[in-house]
Amino acid sequence: MRFLSTGLVRGLIAQIVGTVVGMALTMAIRVLVGLPVSSTDAALQQHITEVHVVGGVIIGAMAFMVGVGVLDEWLGWARGKPINENIDPDPSKPNWMRYFGVDFDHKVIGVQYGVTSILLLGIGGLMAVLFRTELAQSGITFLNSDIFEIMLGYNSEHLFNTLMSLHGMVMIAGNLLGIGALMNYLVPMMIGANDMAFPRLNSFAFWINVPGALILVSSMFFGGFDTGWVGYPPLSVRAPLGMEMFLIGVYLVGLSSIAGAINVIVTVFTMRAKGMTMFRMPIFVWAALATSIIQFTATQMIGLSFQLVMLERLFGMGFFDATAGGDPILYQHLFWFYSHPAVYVFILPGLGIISELLPVFSRKPLFGYKAVAMSSLGIALIGFFVWAHHMFASGMSPFLRVPFMYATLLVAVPTGVKFFSWVATLWEGKLEFPTPMLFALGSVVIFLLGGVTGPPLGTIATDLHLHDTYFVVGHFHDTMFGGFVFPFFAALYYWFPKLTGRMYNEKLGKWHFWLMWGSFMVLSNGMLLVGLLGMRRRIVDYDPALGFDFTHLLITIAAFAIFLSVVLALYNFIRSARKGPEAKDNVWNSRSPEWHIPSPAPLHNFPEPFEVVGEPYDYGKIDSPYVIMPAASATGHAHAAATGKE
Amino acid sequence: MSAIAESYAVKLGRNRLGLWLFLFSDLFVFVGLFVARVVLLGGQRPDLDQTLGIIVTVMLLFSSFFMNRAEIEMAHGNRPAFLRNIFITMVLGLIFLVGVVGVEWQVAHFGPGDGAQGAVFYAMTGFHAFHVLTGVIFLFIVWNNGRNGHYSAEKHWGVEACAIYWHFVDVVWMFFYVGLYLMGNPI
Repeated sequence: MRFLSTGLVRGLIAQIVGTVVGMALTMAIRVLVGLPVSSTDAALQQHITEVHVVGGVIIGAMAFMVGVGVLDEWLGWARGKPINENIDPDPSKPNWMRYFGVDFDHKVIGVQYGVTSILLLGIGGLMAVLFRTELAQSGITFLNSDIFEIMLGYNSEHLFNTLMSLHGMVMIAGNLLGIGALMNYLVPMMIGANDMAFPRLNSFAFWINVPGALILVSSMFFGGFDTGWVGYPPLSVRAPLGMEMFLIGVYLVGLSSIAGAINVIVTVFTMRAKGMTMFRMPIFVWAALATSIIQFTATQMIGLSFQLVMLERLFGMGFFDATAGGDPILYQHLFWFYSHPAVYVFILPGLGIISELLPVFSRKPLFGYKAVAMSSLGIALIGFFVWAHHMFASGMSPFLRVPFMYATLLVAVPTGVKFFSWVATLWEGKLEFPTPMLFALGSVVIFLLGGVTGPPLGTIATDLHLHDTYFVVGHFHDTMFGGFVFPFFAALYYWFPKLTGRMYNEKLGKWHFWLMWGSFMVLSNGMLLVGLLGMRRRIVDYDPALGFDFTHLLITIAAFAIFLSVVLALYNFIRSARKGPEAKDNVWNSRSPEWHIPSPAPLHNFPEPFEVVGEPYDYGKIDSPYVIMPAASATGHAHAAATGKE
Repeated sequence: MSAIAESYAVKLGRNRLGLWLFLFSDLFVFVGLFVARVVLLGGQRPDLDQTLGIIVTVMLLFSSFFMNRAEIEMAHGNRPAFLRNIFITMVLGLIFLVGVVGVEWQVAHFGPGDGAQGAVFYAMTGFHAFHVLTGVIFLFIVWNNGRNGHYSAEKHWGVEACAIYWHFVDVVWMFFYVGLYLMGNPI
């Protein structure tokens, strides 16, 4: 019964009420300014409905934030109440309730991000499995089922387009929340802070994702849309009402990105422990910093481009309508100005995780710490000047192509620095292969595949041939799995004992890895292959004469296997969190500060501040301590490891 | 526990950095809109009422002056002068809003649906007016809190944040004014 009094439930009820009230309000405003609220003309009626629904949905999202209670403090301040400085959780409430309502502890918020992320990744994966089933053989055989028609009001081609488009954006939202989970949970503990710089903003940044994700997924039930995740006009201007849900949902998730990123930057710059200079931070923090720099600037551009599409749909403002003097290419520039750097948002934390894990499991210093730190910033910086390589075939000014080609190829340099560092770190190390290490190594291999399939797409001559084929899809999935999915799972396994105080099941973890890695190899190489043979992307059917029915069948089977492996992992996590054996405090003999406090971490991470006296990655070196923990924070076992005695 | 122990000065430093990062982030929206204006209209500009344009611009410029006075007075602990100045800022901001949304939008001889110039003009002024509106609300809250004795010479981050935000909105308008009223030839 207490579940009904949690912030989440109150927020959802408020959102439903708010949506209805918002629709009525929009209608009332339209009446006041003399606009029609209904029409016999079908096209006009559709437009009017759209305006009402959009008004309702936006107010509904705001109502969610009020209902969940994350705005209480700020609204109180606006009414002149003094700010409540005590942000500790209410001790009279059971612990589990903290996760379903507003809580300001960065560890709780990290878990909230993580669980929401996994839910979204699961929904996105389910969509992929559905449309992969359709693609398993040529002809339309699965999505034309009446069940879909009855449930959604549309089926076959339009359903395929909707699933394919939503798969893209739901996965991206899942990625963004996943890196939000990693950054929120890890950054404060790694730099020796007790919380993020702005705990209330942090909570806001998480909760805005919930209405955002709901609205995004709900686009399926509002007629869907068929633009792919890019939402290019003029198609996105003509798409059904579902398009608006997509635009609003992504906008809210983007808002979370911006707020979260600002929080991370301020935390990293102002809350480091004594003696922790920028070049003594764990390497993941550098990755988080570089990611946040992209997030808090570039995200505004996707917000702007989506708003302009909404304005064009709602008020007929012809930004992208060539007949009214607009320019569809302008949208692509604005959109890719975010959406290219966005892929670095997804991969940089993942690459940071790899750099973080390899030294631990090879018991050797991270090779070229400073170069790796700078390479993250380098990728972030160059990432701002490569966006038009998505547009070589768009009809943009031809003179833009060559500079963007060179800038794109330049990304290989800082990425190469990372690869050299990884290989050199592994070189002659005392390697161990528990599940997190397997995932880290697996992602290096997959990311390498993504890396070598990049230059053919960044080079104009070959891109014009490969553009809009499955080769692009294969390349992109290589970078996303190598840069996000595998490192994300590596991180989940690696910090699972920290989070729960228990060990996951190693055997199931290894099964998960080999099943997922093997299937992914089949999936991505299959995609690259059919792409080279001429398979168009974003298409529901293909000609059996092209001769790749069998490859498509293999890709579909691999997709199912990946889905199965993730289910296996979730089973492992849930079961181990309840019944797993208790973990040692510093399971992996890590030097990083978060492992030198008890697991799970106490409410305030470090009751007494610690001091950093050495380099973070001096694994295998004798008498080279990194942190000196005061007795109040440290556990005995961890203290020995911290001082470098192995 | 620790959150309470941290001093006001430490938090002030964090708040300042956070606010500036937010403004830098927000700047991208306006830069994007300006780029859209340059791409779509190039050497042309919407045909607008120049007198009205200069009036609202002057109002907003003056408001920034009073905002600055308000902040300085608060820093010296002079509450009545602070309240007076921030009230004037608020009124000038409202005049700007009425001038743009209430008058310019009505007298313009094109609507938002009339081609690229309508789209660019209403989007640029609309996005900016929304920021002015939030700024006015912010000013009102700070003014109201100030009346209830919330700020002191030492601790007035609310006033400072409000001032920085208001100046930011003002500076953006300086560029938008040039982009909409001065650059290029009227269509």
